[in-house]
Amino acid sequence: MKLVSRKVPKTLEEETVSLLPEDPEDMWHAYNLILPGDIIHAHAIRKVVSTSSTGSTASERVHTELAIKVKSTFFDPVISALRVSGTVAAENPHVTLGSHHTLDLDVNRAFTLIKPDGWDSIAKAALQESLADDKNGAMAAVVMQEGMANICLITQFRTVLKVRVESVIPKKRDLASDQDAGMRRFFEKTLSTLVRTMDFSESRPLLLASPGFVATDFKKYIATQGRDKADKILTAVAKQATVVHANSGHVHSLNEILKSPEVLAKMKDMKFAREAQYVDQFFDMLKLDDGRAWYGASAVEKAVSDGAVGPGGGVLLVNNSLFRSEDLGVRKKYVALVEKVRSDGGEARVLSSDHESGQRLSMLGDIAAILNYPMLDLDDDGEEEDAEDEDIEDRNAREQQDMMDSVI
Amino acid sequence: MSRHRIVHTFNPDDIVSEFDGEDYGEEEDELSPEDRVAMTNGTAEVRMALGSESSKVTTEQIQESLWHYYYDLDKTVTYLMKTYIAPPPKPVAKKAPEGIGADHGRPAFGDSLGYDMGPMPPTSHFPVIQRPKVSHSRFFDDMPWLNVPQDRLTVFIQPDRPRGGLLGGGEGPPKMSKLQALAAARKKKNEEKKEQDKALQTEKGIASLSINDSTQKENRKPPLSSLAKRQKTTDQSTLQPHSQPSAPTNRRDHQSTGQNESSVDAADGLDRGHADSPVNPPTKPDEYVALIQTVAPSAFAQTLFGSAPDALGSHRPDVYAMPHTSSSSFFAQAFAEPSPDDIVLAAQAKAGKKTTAAPKAAKKSQKDKVTPEGEVAKGVSGLEINDAPPPKSKGLDVLKEFQNSANKRSISFVVVGHVDAGKSTLMGRLLLELKFVEKHTIDRYRKQAEKSGKQSFALAWVMDQRSEERDRGVTIDIATNHFETDKTSFTILDAPGHRDFVPNMIAGASQADFAILVIDADTGAYEKGLKGQTREHILLLRSLGVQRLIIGVNKLDVIRWKKERFEEISEYIGGFLSGLGFQGKNVTFIPISGLNGDNLVKRTEDEAASWYTGPTLIEALESSEPSAARALKKPFRMAISEVFRSQLGTTTIAGRIDSGSIQIGDLVLVEPSGEEAYIKSIMVDSDVQDWAVAGQSVSIALTNIDPIHIRVGDMLCHKTQPINCSDTFVLKAMAFAHLMPMPVDLHRGRLHAAGQIQSITSTLDKSTGAIVKKKPRIVQPGDVARVVVKLASKAPLESGQRVVIRSGGETIAAGLLE
Repeated sequence: MKLVSRKVPKTLEEETVSLLPEDPEDMWHAYNLILPGDIIHAHAIRKVVSTSSTGSTASERVHTELAIKVKSTFFDPVISALRVSGTVAAENPHVTLGSHHTLDLDVNRAFTLIKPDGWDSIAKAALQESLADDKNGAMAAVVMQEGMANICLITQFRTVLKVRVESVIPKKRDLASDQDAGMRRFFEKTLSTLVRTMDFSESRPLLLASPGFVATDFKKYIATQGRDKADKILTAVAKQATVVHANSGHVHSLNEILKSPEVLAKMKDMKFAREAQYVDQFFDMLKLDDGRAWYGASAVEKAVSDGAVGPGGGVLLVNNSLFRSEDLGVRKKYVALVEKVRSDGGEARVLSSDHESGQRLSMLGDIAAILNYPMLDLDDDGEEEDAEDEDIEDRNAREQQDMMDSVI
Repeated sequence: MSRHRIVHTFNPDDIVSEFDGEDYGEEEDELSPEDRVAMTNGTAEVRMALGSESSKVTTEQIQESLWHYYYDLDKTVTYLMKTYIAPPPKPVAKKAPEGIGADHGRPAFGDSLGYDMGPMPPTSHFPVIQRPKVSHSRFFDDMPWLNVPQDRLTVFIQPDRPRGGLLGGGEGPPKMSKLQALAAARKKKNEEKKEQDKALQTEKGIASLSINDSTQKENRKPPLSSLAKRQKTTDQSTLQPHSQPSAPTNRRDHQSTGQNESSVDAADGLDRGHADSPVNPPTKPDEYVALIQTVAPSAFAQTLFGSAPDALGSHRPDVYAMPHTSSSSFFAQAFAEPSPDDIVLAAQAKAGKKTTAAPKAAKKSQKDKVTPEGEVAKGVSGLEINDAPPPKSKGLDVLKEFQNSANKRSISFVVVGHVDAGKSTLMGRLLLELKFVEKHTIDRYRKQAEKSGKQSFALAWVMDQRSEERDRGVTIDIATNHFETDKTSFTILDAPGHRDFVPNMIAGASQADFAILVIDADTGAYEKGLKGQTREHILLLRSLGVQRLIIGVNKLDVIRWKKERFEEISEYIGGFLSGLGFQGKNVTFIPISGLNGDNLVKRTEDEAASWYTGPTLIEALESSEPSAARALKKPFRMAISEVFRSQLGTTTIAGRIDSGSIQIGDLVLVEPSGEEAYIKSIMVDSDVQDWAVAGQSVSIALTNIDPIHIRVGDMLCHKTQPINCSDTFVLKAMAFAHLMPMPVDLHRGRLHAAGQIQSITSTLDKSTGAIVKKKPRIVQPGDVARVVVKLASKAPLESGQRVVIRSGGETIAAGLLE
């Protein structure tokens, strides 16, 4: 994403930030930046119906610039499309004030973002992150087991499940040749899907992960295909591919894949690698069960207000999905939590909810903390339980929405 | 190197100063050092890329092509593959022995007419094939003037001209396009029809004279409507043996009479062998003469003498074989049957409207044989019963039938243990000793295994049928096999020991009544197994409800049947088992050697093992009872462990009936897809039956369902008592590792679903089940807790089922659904 301009116009009190998304990944950043209540100014196509003096109507599509006050955002992770809907907030010759409009934000079309409530620390960090210009290639990964392959794209900030390939492989009752044919068919299907969904024209690391020998065989299959068809790209793909052991072919084994030494050696600077480490660290502490690892909103809140997440090992892990909350109050609460931990001298980590580590954290209620001293019975209050129940319901509701939002 | 040689004749020394002459010269006589390095590296890499095929190309060939492609590996390999290893059929045809060459060049005429082309004028525009000389008397053997039936002398038949000749003239039949050949065939058939009409009319006239003539009877028989089809099939079937002298099936019969048993593995190995051998084995001379005798008159002869409706005429192929008939994959009868579409349409029509079904079916049955009306009707009614979509239920009282049946007990057991403990080998040996596998099969496996240097795996190959498994010497998937003793019929489920395939082992164990645990007693291997899958498998067996356990302490022959070792293992494992709640009377330890077969069926003859007096493995198997009473009266449930095509029907599923009973004709549901199907036939072990009950391993053919809706791991149940499908479950879990909200895999039989632990409701007291702590943050290993699991998709699970929860390649909990 490029920063086009950043200024405080005389007519407005707030800072306006003009941004130019350059690739689909930037759409995800925009999704994190644009929140309900913000004002966004962008290019729009609107059907305008005009009534002539005789009463006949004519409609035409008008290209115009619209400013809308955001009510909701919708992000499709697979095609990286962001739609922002809200009410029109500024005068326009074609559209009346207050009417509804949904903007499709496009790559390579600038938009301007105004936050009437000001830029808080999380928003600033998100903006910083989105402007960071290290676009070292996203990594393709195929997590497979016999008869099933999940083709994912792992970028700095998220993991996208592109396609799932499923194919029936005959079991032992059939002839051996049938089974081999079944495997070949499965590989064929997987490879063609992989090449179709991923762009391998520039070199891109590829991870092949499976239990048993499936991934190894698949790599061999790509190499033979490349050789037999004299296909340079396939040969290059086969050479680039790293085979990693996974314990199952389901997407959540990406977790262990990303922790494997082969992957870490290649991309230890990637954000997800660090995130995975934080979450692992937390789970290890949790296993000790010594009162220093807590998860869930209420327990963590109490710990933070007690100052237990401070210098000397205190770490707060928060999913960025909490900051996308439509309820401004909720968002404010978590921003305050993060700022309190930082001012206490503890570490606050905002994890991407679209990575596998973020997914694991979301199972814990999107928030967890490692305390610098043990605290017990943070969850013992009777009242708290009700609150937590609500919390879980809340989370379920959000999950439902997440399910719609994302395929992972 | 032809290019270089030309350069060489220019004498490189003379043009040594020229621009690139020097390069050329040097490379011809001696390559520059860099080039030589590149060449040797390239050659090695090409050889590597070619793998096993590399023996088919010489180093010079590789180097030449490398040189031509300027060390581009991929191009070189592709070129070599194309030119030397898997060349297109043309060059092969050139090399092939003459006489059969016609099969490739012009198979259309090679058999029926080719031999008569010798005397054709050399102006012919196809390659004329040289043939060995044959005596002329033989050549004119079947000419009309030599052997004409009396009654035919008066019948005049229009000479049959060769058709489709672009150039016309007397060059013999020109090469026809497929379309032309088809048109010609059709025309000829029409003509023949007319001929036969004529013949019939004449016959009527001279009926009194020729009533005993067999040839005429033959001509009179077919009614006109079905004539065409019949003609086609008979023609093609007579053609087939001639037109495919090199078909692989024939070849195999010739060459592998010794190994004629149609075992898959043999074919597998043989296929590879055949790929190397020349494509066309030369035809033997006497075969050749035999061919000549049955050869049809040439087109030229036909032009001169008519199409000779003699005794042989009706059998003679008048339709030219199409070029594709010489292909090994050509199946002459392919279109003789109604196409699959036709069958489906017919079936649909029948299902929709019963009344229209009859004539359609009648037409179908007329195709092959023309039977009197009554018989047709009978045939039709027979057909209807077979094809009618909902198979008739016999309305049996299955439970009564089951009690009355004098069936043997049927018991299934799973064989588990750490990888390389010798599970598959043990089962292979057991089947061999019980004569359920032939000795020569093992010998063949041994030979094949020796080739790949894995001689000791020969016995395991009885169970490990997949090429992947054989290559690697590791069982990957469950192998099922049956054997019987006097009292019981057993189903073997041979489970993989490798940690990556534990899901497959779970699938096997959940179908088993009891288990054989194989432990490698060898020094080091036993200790390794304890840390590995020996322990995990025991945990899984326990959590899946298997109570009876036979422990085979294997490979004792390697350590000279040391009694101390056997006792050490028995004590340790026995202690571990009783700690998990296995009862002592249900656990039997037997010292065995799977490779040699000691103490399996016969007692060992080794002196060193004389201290053992307990039962042999087969005795222990026979004394085993199913661990739990079978739930015969509960609703029918069957977890599908395999979906395949078989002789029973297009969609056949296999598995073990968990509870209840079924019979043919029952309406069942496949969950979670919710599709309905009828049970068409049931196979228990290897017998066809009308019904089956809980505990039996069955194959069931289904009708009225698209196989798309059936997946391995699905549940089959009665329509009237469907199983619930849901994605959130509460289960009482025994934790083997830390449990907290985290991603998990849930296993039940073949079902392998991804999900997460959503919340932990409470930890429970192990003995009383009372709640110890509400909403714990984490469950410690060894605790029992009530947890909520949410799956990514809906799955057919109901209360009382046992599931296994795994994460990160380890079994972390076993649970009972609530």
